[in-house]
This record gives sequence, structure tokens and C-alpha cells, in this order.
Amino acid sequence: MVYMEKIIKISTPLLDDVIKELKAGDEVYISGKIYTARDMAHSRLIDLIQKGEKLPIDLKGNVIYYAGPTPPKEGQVIGSIGPTTSGRMDPFAPKLLNAGLKGMIGKGNRSKEVIESIIKNRGIYFVTIGGAGALISKSIKSSKIICYEDLGTEAIRELVVEDFPAIVAIDSLGNNLYEIGIDRYRKI
Amino acid sequence: MKDRIILFNELKNKIYELILKTSYDLPSDVYIAIEESIKKEESSLGISILHKLLKNADIAKSEKMPICQDTGTAVFFIEMGEKVKIKGGSIKDAIFEATKDAYDKGYLRKSMVKDPIFDRTNTNTNLPPIIHFDIIEGEKIKIKFAPKGGGAENMSSLKMFKPLDTEEAITNFVVDTVLKAGGNPCPPIIIGIGIGGNFEESAILAKKALFRKIGERNSNPKYAKLEEKIKNAVNNTGIGPQGLGGRITCLDLFIEYFPCHIASLPVAINLNCHAARHGEIEI
Repeated sequence: MVYMEKIIKISTPLLDDVIKELKAGDEVYISGKIYTARDMAHSRLIDLIQKGEKLPIDLKGNVIYYAGPTPPKEGQVIGSIGPTTSGRMDPFAPKLLNAGLKGMIGKGNRSKEVIESIIKNRGIYFVTIGGAGALISKSIKSSKIICYEDLGTEAIRELVVEDFPAIVAIDSLGNNLYEIGIDRYRKI
Repeated sequence: MKDRIILFNELKNKIYELILKTSYDLPSDVYIAIEESIKKEESSLGISILHKLLKNADIAKSEKMPICQDTGTAVFFIEMGEKVKIKGGSIKDAIFEATKDAYDKGYLRKSMVKDPIFDRTNTNTNLPPIIHFDIIEGEKIKIKFAPKGGGAENMSSLKMFKPLDTEEAITNFVVDTVLKAGGNPCPPIIIGIGIGGNFEESAILAKKALFRKIGERNSNPKYAKLEEKIKNAVNNTGIGPQGLGGRITCLDLFIEYFPCHIASLPVAINLNCHAARHGEIEI
């Protein structure tokens, strides 16, 4: 089978008009700023929201990438940086979407609560390729730690990305590629 | 027969090199299996993903970068010849020191926390490793290393079956585990299954099974047939590359077995991602 590559270019912050055009299964290249955060950083952000305090990053229209990189070598912007399992962030994600977050990038399916929150907040969930951290690092043009440096690889980083490869897994209407895609090929 | 002396530093350096090579170079059998799977995949998105996995492996190898940012828990299987003596330190210290140095100087991610519940701060050294020791005859040491990432490990499973449960029940257990795992363990996966022994032995067998080369069947024809059967069932789940739908859910499936108690039939499933890093050396 010949694979015809059709990739939609988008940039951050994500606008509602752009999000509503994206459908589950679309391949995209993302450019602009995105932020990394994993379990510990999520837990701290939620604590701040619950206390009514200011967050270290502006969530409005922004995208969080569930990732913790390897350390960069001399002359490198960043080390390998593929996605971690998104499901672990499910308990936190709706609160961040309610606070203005628009996009998430990770790997693996999301909970019912997250999908409902995506629909309600007109958000979007992208996946990128788990285990392709060396390839993905090539799309990252700069990286700086914004906060939680004590967490090491789990610190929140601001990444400037150019043509970061991703796939729309759950679109703003709640269409879910993890269900649609698997159903198409399931034989048992 | 006289004892064979191996110098501590020589041993440590060889383990250090093993860790780095394993973290940067995808084993060639896995690379070839991904190439072959492109011909069988029906999903165009799946094909696109499989091509990117090969490109990733090429970049990692040529630039000496980790194949995956999750450079794992450092897992070792050591088969120590009874005639071997280490001069200048213990084998355990050699493994600890090599792990610490390789994760630091090789730019690998440190992913170990001090305490699972009460103090989840990073040890910042990737210590401690997990080491399984075995004493064998002879004067050689065999060292097997696998950096095991969290995504696939978290989706692994163990079940104590009833003694007369059938291979159908075991097949269903594997299929259910893979379906539940979906995209989390980074398919196409490699599946290690340990059958028999006892609770912990089945899990160790499952992990050991992951060291086999793609396409290498169990030497017992009954288990070889069961491997093929379960592998086909898994590839009919439709999960596909990255869990986004397709034909290629697993690249291979390996079973290791061991005699067990009259009352028991333990089955452990250890999943591995497509970045199935493992290496071994003999000294």
C-alpha cells in the first residue's frame, strides 16, 4: 500500500476555529510554544488551582506535552523526548482544561471524564509516537525550565517546537481514534 | 580446576559499555521485524508510524542518543560461573558503579525514586538496578541487560490459574491484557510469558522470555505452537501500531515454562515496547 502523506500545519496557542476543523485521525505538525508536565508537576499545578493561586504557566489556549526528556549532550537543545502514558494524568486533566488549557499531547487512551471535558471545553488530544524520542527531539528548537527544577526530568519546560509530529486522537467533538481505529481492524 | 580471576575494573567497564550500546542501538532482529511488519500492515497511519520507528532507530544509532527517553529501570540477569573470582570488588558493586556512571555520562534519563510511597524523590543516579543472580558451572560470566521502561511494564499482568484451566483460558488472558493495555505499552509490542513455577518464578520467566530473538520459537513444539496461536490472536485485536488501529499489534511472543505445584498454574505476562532494548555479553 502506498502511503500518501497529508499533514496539517497548526500553531500554538490553539484557536477554537483551528481546533474545530481537526478530526480524529488527522496527522498534524505543531509549531510554537508547548509545555512539558508529568505526574508530579500536574499534582503541584492542581494544588495551586485549589488554593486559588497564580499558575507558573499561562494555560489559556496552550498545550501540555506529557514528557520527561533525557539530558542534552553538549550542543544539543534537548535529549530524547517521546510521550509518556497520558492516562496517569487523567485525574488532573479536566481541572486544567477548565482553567483554559486547550491541547494535550501524550500516548494512550483517555478516561470518560477527560473526553467529556474535552467536548465541554472544546479542547483536543493529540498523540505522538511513543518510543520515537530521538526523532521527536529534532522538532524541538529551544527548551528552558520554567519551574519545579527539583523534579529533574519531570520539571515544567517551555519548548519551542517546529513541525512537531502528532496525530489527532480525540477531537473536540469527542471522536476517539483509539475506538474508531481499533474497531476498523479488530477480528476477534 | 583453578579459579579464574576477573579484574573489577575490566568487569565494570564492560557493563558500562553494554548499558550504553543497549540504550542507543535497537537490536537488529527488532529493526528487521519492524521493516517486515510494514509489508503486512494494512493501516496507512500504522505504516507511517512504523516508518518513523525505523527513522528513530537510525537517528539514535548514528547520533548515540537514547532510542527512547525512558531509559528504564536497569535490569540485569547474571549467570556467574562457579570458578570465577572478581579481584578488587564484588560483581554487585561493579553493576552499581557501571549503572551510575553510564546513566550519568551517557546522558540517559534517571527514572528511579527513593521510596515507592513515602518519598518519591528521584535518586538522580538511576540506582538501584534490579539484579537476578544465578550460579552456573564453569569459568565465565554471562551478563544480560535490559533497560525496562515504565509504559509497558505498567501494563504487565500476573494471574494464578486453576491447575486444569486450558490454553484457551491463557490465550484469553493474554488477549485481554493486550486489549486493556491499548496504546500505553507503545505497540507493536513484544510479549514475554512465564507459565508455571510459582508466583515470582512465573514473572521472572516472563521477563527472561523478552531476551529471545524475534522469530526464535520455544524448543518444545507444543509451546512453539502455543506461541504462534496466541500471537495470531493478539494480532487480530486490531490495536495496531501505537494502539491507533491496524494489523501489527505484536512483533513476537515468547513463552518460557517451568514445572509447578499440583495446585497451581501461574501465568505472568510481561509486555515490552517496540523499543525492545536488550543486550548481553559473556566474559
